Amino acid sequence: MSVIELTAENFDEAVKDGTSLVDFWAAWCGPCRMQSPIVDAFAEKHPEVKVCKVNVDEQPALAMRFEIMSIPTLMVFRSGEAVKKTVGLSGMEEIEEMCR
Amino acid sequence: MDGSACDILILGAGPAGVSAALTAHARGRSVLVLGADPMRSPLAKAERVGNYPGLAGMSGRDLLAAMLGDLERAGVRRITGRVTGVVSFGGSFMVSAERDVYQAKTLILASGAGQGTKPLPGEMELLGKGVSWCATCDGMLYRGKRVAVLGLGGEGEKDAGFLESIGCQVLFFDPTQAKNAQIIGTDRVTAVAVGGKEYPVDGVFVLRDTVAASALLPGLAMRDGHIAVDENMAASIPGVFAAGDCVGRPYQVARAVGQGNTAALAADGYLKERDK
Repeated sequence: MSVIELTAENFDEAVKDGTSLVDFWAAWCGPCRMQSPIVDAFAEKHPEVKVCKVNVDEQPALAMRFEIMSIPTLMVFRSGEAVKKTVGLSGMEEIEEMCR
Repeated sequence: MDGSACDILILGAGPAGVSAALTAHARGRSVLVLGADPMRSPLAKAERVGNYPGLAGMSGRDLLAAMLGDLERAGVRRITGRVTGVVSFGGSFMVSAERDVYQAKTLILASGAGQGTKPLPGEMELLGKGVSWCATCDGMLYRGKRVAVLGLGGEGEKDAGFLESIGCQVLFFDPTQAKNAQIIGTDRVTAVAVGGKEYPVDGVFVLRDTVAASALLPGLAMRDGHIAVDENMAASIPGVFAAGDCVGRPYQVARAVGQGNTAALAADGYLKERDK
């Protein structure tokens, strides 16, 4: 499944059903550039999870709303509700565990 | 991403790292050495290294300079930078240093002693909640805010300058002040206490020259504050090897050089086996 780029406008609508994984990232952050291909591979492997990305540089309101203070940060939403948050690089297995 | 994956990425440019790099290079492996400036290591301050065969009596600084000279003459690529993240993915490792990302098939950790460095009070509890280890990664999230830089390594001042340049209000604390600092907050950082005084801040950057390998590589087995290795210097994660002061005492150049050599041969063997 393809990865969806989220903005303050489409965020709530995008995560309101099922399980969603959101990757908060920015171009200036080295570790985020390593997180990105892993998140992409996760999306390929797990079509049942809606996989999204938020560029915190372009979406400061979302970064503030979810209190993103370090990136990469990954969050899992179930039916629109934030249920998990991890800060720092996560490997494939850790992401799978988060979304289980 | 910095081109294709190299065979062996060595974290650390001290005696163990240089030795591993020279051996791996001689075996025809593509090698990259990445790490803090070795001239700021404890060895660089040693007035005299008395027991290194053939070169006994040299200062730590001269010995390091000679080793780095060998590396340069061999044509091994070396990059100075602080490693901020390591992750294993798709049969290789990705390593980030500042803003760059490198890829390698195997890793040799040779990042020196200090693996067991105790975190500051509040540091681990508030990591990601206002505490950051990477100014270039998280600085932008603190634009217009007040942050403290606890410069535990030599690069702290440079990072403080970077944070200032992007619009943070920076309070800088040098290593002497920073080492006894305390980070305060419950759900998020609210203040930092240094020298009996509390400073209200939104964020705290804790900056060391080297981040402990166990923090970079979750699941890496440790033994008494050092990286656990077998007799071939293989660590607990397949494809990861370690050598030198980071695997244990005594902290001696001769020992580190031997271990670096062993680690490189083991990494070469691992790659041969893998590519069969």
